Amino acid sequence: MTLSMLYGEPRVITVGAEVLAEALDRQAVPQRRVDWRPPAPGVSAALAGMLAKVLADPRRERANATAVGRMLSARPMLSGVRPAREALGLEAGSFFHAGPPITWERASGPMRGALVGAMLFEGLAATPEEAAERLASGAGITLDSCHHHRTVGPMAGVVSPSMWMLEVTDAEHGGTAYCSLNEGLGKVLRYGAYGPEVIERLRWMGEVLGPVLAAALERCGPLDLRTLIAQALQMGDELHNRNRAATSLLVREIAPAVVEAAPGRAAEVLRFINGNDHFFLNAGMAAAKAAADAARGVPGSSLVVAMARNGTDFGIQVSGLGDRWFTGPAGVPDGLYLGGYGPDDANPDIGDSTITETTGLGGFAMAAAPAIVRFVGGEVADAVAATTSMYEITLAEHPAYQIPGLGFRGTPAGIDVALVARTGVLPVVNTGIAGRVAGTGQVGAGLVSPPAGVFTAALDALAAA
Amino acid sequence: MTDLVEVRPGVYHDSVTLMQVSQALTARPEVAVAVVAMGTDLNAGLARDLGFEVPPTTPGDLLVAIRAASAADLGEAAAELERQLATTGTAGGATREEAPPRTVRSAARSWEATVALVSVPGEHAFAEALDAVEAGLSVMIFSDNVPVEQEILLKDRARARGVLVMGPDCGTAVVGGAGLGFANVLRPGPVGVVAASGTGAQQVTCLLDIAGVGVSHVLGVGGRDLSAEVGGRSAVQALRALDEDPATELIVLISKPPAPEAARAVRDLDLATPVVAALLGPGQDDLTAVAEKALRALGRDVPEWPSWPAGDAPAREGRRPLRGLYSGGTLCAEAALIAGAVEPGGEAWFVDYGDDAYTRGRAHPMIDPSLRREALRGVDSGVVLLDVVLGHGADPDPSSWLAPEVRDATARGVDVVVALVGADGDPQGPRTQAARLNEAGAAVFTSNAAAARHARRLADG
Repeated sequence: MTLSMLYGEPRVITVGAEVLAEALDRQAVPQRRVDWRPPAPGVSAALAGMLAKVLADPRRERANATAVGRMLSARPMLSGVRPAREALGLEAGSFFHAGPPITWERASGPMRGALVGAMLFEGLAATPEEAAERLASGAGITLDSCHHHRTVGPMAGVVSPSMWMLEVTDAEHGGTAYCSLNEGLGKVLRYGAYGPEVIERLRWMGEVLGPVLAAALERCGPLDLRTLIAQALQMGDELHNRNRAATSLLVREIAPAVVEAAPGRAAEVLRFINGNDHFFLNAGMAAAKAAADAARGVPGSSLVVAMARNGTDFGIQVSGLGDRWFTGPAGVPDGLYLGGYGPDDANPDIGDSTITETTGLGGFAMAAAPAIVRFVGGEVADAVAATTSMYEITLAEHPAYQIPGLGFRGTPAGIDVALVARTGVLPVVNTGIAGRVAGTGQVGAGLVSPPAGVFTAALDALAAA
Repeated sequence: MTDLVEVRPGVYHDSVTLMQVSQALTARPEVAVAVVAMGTDLNAGLARDLGFEVPPTTPGDLLVAIRAASAADLGEAAAELERQLATTGTAGGATREEAPPRTVRSAARSWEATVALVSVPGEHAFAEALDAVEAGLSVMIFSDNVPVEQEILLKDRARARGVLVMGPDCGTAVVGGAGLGFANVLRPGPVGVVAASGTGAQQVTCLLDIAGVGVSHVLGVGGRDLSAEVGGRSAVQALRALDEDPATELIVLISKPPAPEAARAVRDLDLATPVVAALLGPGQDDLTAVAEKALRALGRDVPEWPSWPAGDAPAREGRRPLRGLYSGGTLCAEAALIAGAVEPGGEAWFVDYGDDAYTRGRAHPMIDPSLRREALRGVDSGVVLLDVVLGHGADPDPSSWLAPEVRDATARGVDVVVALVGADGDPQGPRTQAARLNEAGAAVFTSNAAAARHARRLADG
């Protein structure tokens, strides 16, 4: 056999003892040092055992290549806008919510607020008090995780039958994913607000916005979200906390069709979309969900296919582990606050929007969005550092989603639980911050880390699988 | 409390900057609350909720609303606001020193390498080594305490990828002129070495170097490679690789006697390149004899191996105890065999301070002399035999601690014999080291076997 290292100039990757690295330096041998750090003491021995087992799985390498390959080759198309009742078979009294499954008893303020608002919106209660009572009693009420139904929802992520959903189909693998329509900022249902203006807006969205968008899309045909997201990244969005470019591109694409489809309503519809920089977020989330779902169910794969929070728990799902959730306590984001709000007003982390990070956007693409870098605590270099650190825990670089400032390098995509456990580097998540008291709405935005335990728990399950 | 409310038309700052400014102002002790934001309905509403009297605004206006204890405080807060707004553009640039990779996988992804050198604690070595193999790199695993099933798995995966796993517990390798681990600076030449013994390989290659013969590559395979369990997986691959290498004219295989399975695997190889096999142990050639065999196979003369006899020590009567204080396992075993070592505490006994039992939680004795120094100080009669291994990675100046100890030991009536394993190119300078130790009273040999025989003779009186 021909052993390539015997020929040509030796170039050495070193990991471990510094004295051996120095010996290479003294020989002027080109060298790349790995900044290896031991896992936290205490978990170290058990972790090394689990890791070795997972890494030794003969299926792992190919399984991960298959799973992440499917995630990165997905071609999400915005193909329609339909009521949840019709698209998802959602019945009266049934609600989907963000994150892993949760009960009313364990639900946080904004989750409860959003459910109360959805009850009022659906006409299942006349007052917030009555709604809360019925939800608490559970009679005639069914709650389930959005993720169990090909759906994602930002923040509380509450979906009720009368809400209109963006429908995204994956032209490559044939999957479908859904996300609600974005309501705008401030006092909105997804942040747990349920005042009259919230319900009124939801009504308008169901009566005007949804049908007009549906008619417009029928005219202009499906929108290629992969291309749109790729362009938005190059225009300074990271597609989670900044969606200004993507929203603008979306408007440019659909405005003529909106005018043609509903001339009488076009102005108010376009004004609504224009007035909300985050309108695209939900379409981007559905696109990410479609891509992540394409990567599900590959036996032996340690790829994360969902990260989601319900305001109480942070949960992940892993390609090789079916629909099992691995959950830990949701952290409180570290960020900047609106108006007079402060950290004391913040609810723990909430929402399915971490599906963006799951597929290499959001915090993972922070280096693309210098305009919002101060959420990461300061300077453009911090954003670059946030993105580059994510290459340490991801399996691939996205072929279409590129970052101009990094020489058009693909975004770090496809989180590997084994790499997270080995390095202790946790996914960087950009997020909005909901008020902890039901009915408050958004209080800020910032950064949050998942609980490390969810990754080691998933690793443990992979080792046992 | 007094309020300051201002609407500044046409002044734009992005929302993140403004949230930061608001936060900085609110954090000041004299400020009760501050809202500095663009005049959207949402922001104006937030300010009104806080009790500010906000005039009509448009999203293109900057809204400033500050509440403080007194008018003076308000003035200070307003001044601070101007400072904050003025400095928002001065954040640092986009570049910063690139963060180093955290795994071999990540390093291999961003940097073109030919080989990886893994020396993390044994329980973590598997992941890093597997990264290398999966990235298509050969890997040297310096770490010990790697479970044998992980070794087998790594070697099987490596074979499937056409790369080589050197180790675990591989102390030395020379690949394309680069010394990995504990490595002597050897001249380039025609001899390729496959070694399941690090210090064994160092002894043989240093003697060849002294004889003017260099190496093409030295490929360690790990001490367990030729065991029944591992079956010579890496030795077979390394032999094949050297056989293909046009720079290699002669292969020297150094190992303890292999398990029958491993011996068969090696024997079944149909190699075009001649092989000198050194199987260490009773009844076999010692390392010096192996080097000499290799020289003869190449048609080269066998030189007299340099040595520096001790000065005019008084002749001593009768048999005396002999202690071996070693840092190299193979060197220790060879010396013990030649010198006829017996049980601990007996008249001749040998300790390998490089053994796992002594290295747990401390550096290897080639780097950290403290255990051997203590042992040497405890000897008050007879003969002491030690090895000093030079090269990259090893103690940069062993004579600096050993020469004074030799002087003291000699003064106590102890005869000190040193086996000095080094090549002329080694950074420590073998001739300088030998001269210093010799001057202090030690007999110094470049051949460990010769040193052991000399020590035996001294002990026999």
